[in-house]
Amino acid sequence: MQDYVIEMNNIRKEFPGIVANDNITLQVKKGEIHALLGENGAGKSTLMNVLFGLYQPEKGEIKVKGKQVKITDPNVANRLGIGMVHQHFMLVHNFTVTENIILGSEPTKGGKINIEGAAQKVAELSQRYGLSVDPHAKIEDISVGMQQRVEILKTLYRGAEILIFDEPTAVLTPQEIHELIQIMHKLVDEGKSIILITHKLKEIMEVCDRCTVIRKGVGIGTVNVAETNPDQLAALMVGREVHFKVEKKEATPKDVVLEIDQLVVHDARDIPSVNGLNLQVKAGEILGIAGVDGNGQTELIEGITGLRKVKSGSIKINGKDITNLPARKITETGIGHIPQDRHKHGLVLDYSIGANMVLQTYYQKPFSNSGILNYNRIYEKAKALIAEYDVRTPSEYTPARALSGGNQQKAIIAREVDRSPDILIAAQPTRGLDVGAIEFIHSRLIEERDKGKAVLLISFELEEVMNVSDRIAVIYEGRIVAIVNPKETTEQELGLLMAGGKREREGVK
Amino acid sequence: MMQNIWKNERLFNVLVPVISAVLGMLAGAIIMVLGNYDPVVGFEALFNGMFGSPKAIGETIRAASPLILSGLAVGFAFKTGLFNIGVEGQLLVGWLASVWVGYAFDLPGVLHVIVSILAAAIAGGFWGMIPGYLKAKFKVHEVIVTIMLNYVALYVTADLIKRYLYAGNEKSYRIKETASLSSSFLSEITEGSRLHWGIAVAIIAAIIMWFILEKTAMGYELKSVGYNQHASMYAGMNVSKNVVLSMTISGAFAGIAGAMEGLGTFQNMTVLSSFTGTGFDGIAVALLGANNAFGIILSSLLFGGLNTAAPQMNFDANVPSELIKIIISLIIFFVASGYIIRVIAERFSKEGK
Repeated sequence: MQDYVIEMNNIRKEFPGIVANDNITLQVKKGEIHALLGENGAGKSTLMNVLFGLYQPEKGEIKVKGKQVKITDPNVANRLGIGMVHQHFMLVHNFTVTENIILGSEPTKGGKINIEGAAQKVAELSQRYGLSVDPHAKIEDISVGMQQRVEILKTLYRGAEILIFDEPTAVLTPQEIHELIQIMHKLVDEGKSIILITHKLKEIMEVCDRCTVIRKGVGIGTVNVAETNPDQLAALMVGREVHFKVEKKEATPKDVVLEIDQLVVHDARDIPSVNGLNLQVKAGEILGIAGVDGNGQTELIEGITGLRKVKSGSIKINGKDITNLPARKITETGIGHIPQDRHKHGLVLDYSIGANMVLQTYYQKPFSNSGILNYNRIYEKAKALIAEYDVRTPSEYTPARALSGGNQQKAIIAREVDRSPDILIAAQPTRGLDVGAIEFIHSRLIEERDKGKAVLLISFELEEVMNVSDRIAVIYEGRIVAIVNPKETTEQELGLLMAGGKREREGVK
Repeated sequence: MMQNIWKNERLFNVLVPVISAVLGMLAGAIIMVLGNYDPVVGFEALFNGMFGSPKAIGETIRAASPLILSGLAVGFAFKTGLFNIGVEGQLLVGWLASVWVGYAFDLPGVLHVIVSILAAAIAGGFWGMIPGYLKAKFKVHEVIVTIMLNYVALYVTADLIKRYLYAGNEKSYRIKETASLSSSFLSEITEGSRLHWGIAVAIIAAIIMWFILEKTAMGYELKSVGYNQHASMYAGMNVSKNVVLSMTISGAFAGIAGAMEGLGTFQNMTVLSSFTGTGFDGIAVALLGANNAFGIILSSLLFGGLNTAAPQMNFDANVPSELIKIIISLIIFFVASGYIIRVIAERFSKEGK
């Protein structure tokens, strides 16, 4: 049994009224990348917080390198060589990389902080693990991927032997993900062990040696990744068969619903972000927009929905010009909008889930009669939507904040689809969600299409765009540079187009 | 189980102010002991001064009336995501407006009172609208504008009294009987206190605040903008309009607080050389009352009572009346550090299991 660096045996952790972890066993071998797989709310984070000393388990034992330990707080975890790379980085933005790394355990020389010594040590570590981080760069000046490496360095600097990565790829671009995977391999080669918390099966297949699955707080088991496949992992995680390939009939596109002509929208810095964009979306089709983040997707959506002023060009819905109308007028014209950032735009988190269900319709009958709200009707409506869309919430009076991400997203979709808009704009509708929720959302989008509505899907996940869309428009530097048929294209071709490459079958130039 | 947490959350929100008030009193007792005063005698005098006699009760309620309204002003703005530090200034312009209309107009009894109160509400509302507009239009932070407008209000009201309403001896003319909120009936049943109908106005105002915020589409919108501007914009609400509206309503409450003084307690306005403090006490009242209309009434009664009982405590127990200021400050301190109370309470409930 000596070959395990971490053993968490039969861990049980209860919160008032709920068992978050029940009889979970996680054994990590030295030098392996071990995946911890589970849906949102399955208890992955709770288990890791137990390991990191933030929670005390009710039952079970933890062994580090064969020795039984009691991890009472994160400092103890640090001393045992356990380091956590958080999903939300804990960095001071106007400090340098080195200053952030030594924060909390500043080395001193004659009463002064020895920045130079620390910077040197950081540079050495960075070199050794191929992180290429500049110790003197300020956090606010470096990319998100680099910031994550600073978090990794922070744990290494404190002598971590076992690194916990909490959904590390959620915030990264495909290129950065690729580099992160290399870094993880390098870490393991140098004798570190890694626990990777994730619900992305592709990543597990790509980098992990073994995988422990948790479902609804219960340990399901550990499998060797080499002996399994994504379908089997998904079934283990969700507890039933999952369809990756989205089932859908052939689209039957009809009239043009959304027509965008020579659209120019500036971003917050007043630089044209959407720059002469033309696009048509027809009733009964899903048009997917593929593109690298920052090529004008956000400004395009904000321009259509009236959240940002359009500089020039026109937007029509069913022939009616809605350019630069107030957001409410546009909503009433028949746009449903599943926003990219559900916490910022989609929900008022301090309102109950019921109150959130009428965010755009509260002033209309029957919810409001001459300005007086009829909360009975509002909550009746919410209750019906919650049931229909399977939003898991204790009640319609629960604050939206208390729901899991997947259920918050389901609530937004319920609200937007229920208004029966002619065009539904779905921006990153499955970001951060697990396979079960993703499946649900995709099938809802297709259902709307089959009802004869137009759907505009914007996503940074190529797989999603290719699976769900009937046509794919590639956006690059604020323009649609190509429209392709998902059945006739490949990820490679799309990738090239998204990077600004020309679509040249003949190979000219 | 989430339902349970939510219920506990509400319980905590009620418990923190109550515990804070008790802790503030306890700390006051300790300070009395340290100062070689007898805390038993001191607190006996304090409680007598607050509600030991019908007159004391009357004075407590009288002092609470403007506090309730200035608390509502702060609480209303806060619930919609704004900090109205300008209640003091809005109160002063409201006070002047009520006295002016009360003095200059000739109207039958009840109507004169209502018109005078409305004048105060409009004046205060206008004074609150200015920072609201500046915030909506030019993104100027309302805290800075409201603080500065307090001084503008202080000197402008003083100047206007001296120019147009000066009755000598640093006072304005008195309002007409028809505009007065004072009541011989209320005064008699409280055995000679200065209690006036202002408390009824304050309670009606509290009901209005609760109704607007909890029952109307306007309140839904105002709170939504306060909680999350981005989502409100997404939902098609006009954020700028709501900011102006919220500050105007808040200012109107503050203006009516001024009418309590003008039409009720004093029947005129003094040329003030410094702030009354009622507007600033409104912040404390709203904080202790958790920005809730009912809570604000209760906390106003406590603070109003403490303030009116301070001289009694000095007289009977020889305890300096400044001690009341210390107790009030400590209560606020404990409310503000409600987090600590929360942690301690959670620790206790865990060990109790």
